[in-house]
Amino acid sequence: MDYEKIERSAKAQARGIKMITYTGLAIWGLLVLFPFYWMILTSLKGYGAYNSEYIPQLYTLSPTLQNYVQAFTAVPLAKFFVNTLVFTVITTAIMLVVTVLSAYAFARLNFKGKDLVFTLFLALMMIPNELVVITNYVTVTNLEMRNTFAGLILPSVASVFYIYLLKENFAQVPNELYYAAKVDGTTDFKYLLRVMVPICKPTLVTITILKVIECWNSYVWPRLVTDEESHFLVSNGIQAIRETGFGRENIPAMMAAVVAISLPLIVLFLLFRNKIMEGVSRGGTKG
Amino acid sequence: MENRNYKGWLYLLPAVLFLGVFMVYPLIDVFIYSFEEGFHSASQTYYGIGLQNYSYVLRDPYFLQALKNTILLVAITVPLSTGIALVISVGLASIKGLRKLFQTVYFLPYVTNTLAVGLVFMILFQRTPYTDGFANMVIGWFGGGPVDFIDGPYWAKMFVLCFYTIWVVMPFKILVLTTALASVNETYYNAARVDGTSKFRIFTRITLPLISPTMFYLVITGFIGAFKAYSDAVALFGTDLNVAGMNTIVGYVYDMLYGNNGGYPSYASAAAIILFVIVLTITCINLLVSRKHVHY
Amino acid sequence: MKVTLEHTTKKFPGFSRKQPDVVAVNDVSLEIPDGLLVGLLGPSGCGKSTTLNLLSGLLKPSSGKIFFGEDDVTNLPPENRGVGLVFQNYALYPHLTVLQNIIFPLQNLKGKDKLTKTQMKDKALEVAKLVQLEGLMDRKPSELSGGQQQRVAIARALVKMPRILLLDEPLSNLDARLRLQTREEIRRIQRQTGITTVFVTHDQEEAMSISDLIVVMKDGVIHQVGKPQEVYDDPEDLFVAKFLGTPPVNVFRGRIEKEQLYIGDECVLHTPGVSDREVFAAIRPEGFELNENGALTCDLQRVEVMGRDVSVVCSHVDCENAAIRAIVSADNPVNASATKVRFDIKPHKLHIFDVETQQRIALETLQ
Repeated sequence: MDYEKIERSAKAQARGIKMITYTGLAIWGLLVLFPFYWMILTSLKGYGAYNSEYIPQLYTLSPTLQNYVQAFTAVPLAKFFVNTLVFTVITTAIMLVVTVLSAYAFARLNFKGKDLVFTLFLALMMIPNELVVITNYVTVTNLEMRNTFAGLILPSVASVFYIYLLKENFAQVPNELYYAAKVDGTTDFKYLLRVMVPICKPTLVTITILKVIECWNSYVWPRLVTDEESHFLVSNGIQAIRETGFGRENIPAMMAAVVAISLPLIVLFLLFRNKIMEGVSRGGTKG
Repeated sequence: MENRNYKGWLYLLPAVLFLGVFMVYPLIDVFIYSFEEGFHSASQTYYGIGLQNYSYVLRDPYFLQALKNTILLVAITVPLSTGIALVISVGLASIKGLRKLFQTVYFLPYVTNTLAVGLVFMILFQRTPYTDGFANMVIGWFGGGPVDFIDGPYWAKMFVLCFYTIWVVMPFKILVLTTALASVNETYYNAARVDGTSKFRIFTRITLPLISPTMFYLVITGFIGAFKAYSDAVALFGTDLNVAGMNTIVGYVYDMLYGNNGGYPSYASAAAIILFVIVLTITCINLLVSRKHVHY
Repeated sequence: MKVTLEHTTKKFPGFSRKQPDVVAVNDVSLEIPDGLLVGLLGPSGCGKSTTLNLLSGLLKPSSGKIFFGEDDVTNLPPENRGVGLVFQNYALYPHLTVLQNIIFPLQNLKGKDKLTKTQMKDKALEVAKLVQLEGLMDRKPSELSGGQQQRVAIARALVKMPRILLLDEPLSNLDARLRLQTREEIRRIQRQTGITTVFVTHDQEEAMSISDLIVVMKDGVIHQVGKPQEVYDDPEDLFVAKFLGTPPVNVFRGRIEKEQLYIGDECVLHTPGVSDREVFAAIRPEGFELNENGALTCDLQRVEVMGRDVSVVCSHVDCENAAIRAIVSADNPVNASATKVRFDIKPHKLHIFDVETQQRIALETLQ
């Protein structure tokens, strides 16, 4: 055997594979990043400059923030932001309370019919949103809750999956802690707040973040129950901007709005990168 | 101990209320709606019980168009996105430098607003009187003629829709596959290397079978997700998807419920149940196949 | 196949840039003669597993050379070395049956070495017979006991007729009874195939019982190489003396005065040719002999009856061990209620070591 030859070819092969790998990964990275670059780039181009480009320019030499001013003045983008923020905060908060209480009931308390109810809950996980949205739409319309925050929020609160996730986590807390607390005369509710919640904080953070992402990007339900701009969320807002525009087709201003809408979640992601990725890999599909 | 009984229910009460009103009741109701014939939403009356809503939906050309679009979308994006995600994840797993950076970048589409970024795709692919758009510029470099991907031929619109859908679903798949690959015990690879196994054979004979449960999980959730496609299409082609000829089943459901042609909850219910049956059937087939092919 | 390590060093970079490199194997030179069963022995973190991986090619040495026979394999990737490796957790492919696992390495052969399906199967069956796996060929690894999995792993390593066979902690995942049985099995298989075999273990009993040669390592350095009995009887330094033997050797602080070894005030042994100094005196448990007028007096703690032998547990101010264990024949009656017990020391069961270098100090008469 010619050892040197084997060694050399093995080395060359490894280098070749490495090169191909990095090139391929970089290509996908570019494909992912390019739309982001393009939206930022376009949002910085002047209205006139953009519309005179028959051949799109990959850069701009005269960036302007005019589009951002337009996006926040010509259309009620700020209002959409506030609406989305209110919707996200209240929905997430109620969801957390509901989830923590029921997860605790399933994980720690004993009552008749617990197993049956839990099985029913699990069965509900399989039900697609599309099936229930129809009646909810009718219900909310009949209750005259269209174009109200109540109509937006209430049907978006309950998430069986998060209850399941938290219940699993709660169940991991050793029973001894509960008995010790009982002996010390702690009430169930106090035990939940003082022991369970702090111990399971990582899962709670994960659930919160996932719900915030979900709320911020929700489109279908808000579209069904809001038709007045005063209650539009950002997704509906951007769609309205697209269809009715700024009085005329103003793509740079539209892109400025897109950048403004995308930014909060991207910042959130960069801050909580590990938490979010861990949470999603534990069970969050988009949509 | 008896008061513990009622206490448990007290803790559960909010969840039961929310789920009861907004999930269980609607679930029952949707079936009732779907069998009530000639339901009139203003007067809340109907004149019969039967399958008429289903037969109407199944004969509605808009529904058939939506069905065709959805099935095409599913058939193209699920295998393609899973395959590409596998290649990328394997690539990611094999490198050390820059890995974190790549992972962060690849995950970005997950946290973006589908509607908002869809608009960027729209302007990238759109051809207007003022510009051919970026995509056509690239096509032009390779000598192709300009195509309008947003208002043009069907295949072009389908292409953008698939492209955008894949772009959106990739982060989740890459993340899950990367996690699965990282959990394969390294000694398997070492054992195979010592036995002189080629890289390709290590991949096909060891890596792939070991992550096959994850692959099937991705395929199943991929099918379910793609069948429910809607917002991506709205983002690209606007809310009037029927006119664009790019509606999806879920879009059809919503259009029946609301909007210019809305006000038919019965038809919407029938369509939603048809979708549910399709998804359920496919999921069951998937599970059966996976039982045969997923190891251990 | 003879295996040679020449000044082999393996450094791992520190966890952060500021931390120094970790030297796992430090300038090791070792020659393993053809056809022997060799035990690499040492406490955890001593570099024995790293050494094994250097032989397998999964790791590359930072410096130094490795030879198989006359071939320099230092930079050869593992797939071209022709080694069989049995992993500590066996690394059996969970989705393949026993037969498929064993055939796996054969399917990698290319070119003129390529085998037909029947040839592969014949070879696999032949090896399976060697390790007594016939009848289990269609099971999945998860359906096998630990010992059976171990044998599949060995069969898979052997089927391609490796130039050397490497085993990483082969017995550590087995329960005590299987361990005894399996180590005999490894001995038998090695004898039958005659393949040079190196195995890694932290269990000195395991290494002593089946090896032709043991290599004692600590902190990346080889302390001693030799036949098990030789290493036990003639440890070259204090570490080797302490590491081998159960119960462990009893180490006393002592001093040499006028060619006599003193422990405390008692003169224990005549040490011709050794100059005056502080020493460690290590006495094997079986090196004690009860004698009412013996040289060494200890405080008796208790007597443990072990059937054939009696273990006398006692203490001594100058002893480094928490308790001294002396193994004596059960024929000798021990007065368990006494507070003192006196021993004579068998000279060849006592070794003295320099306090500074911890190296053995040879006695002239014993040479």
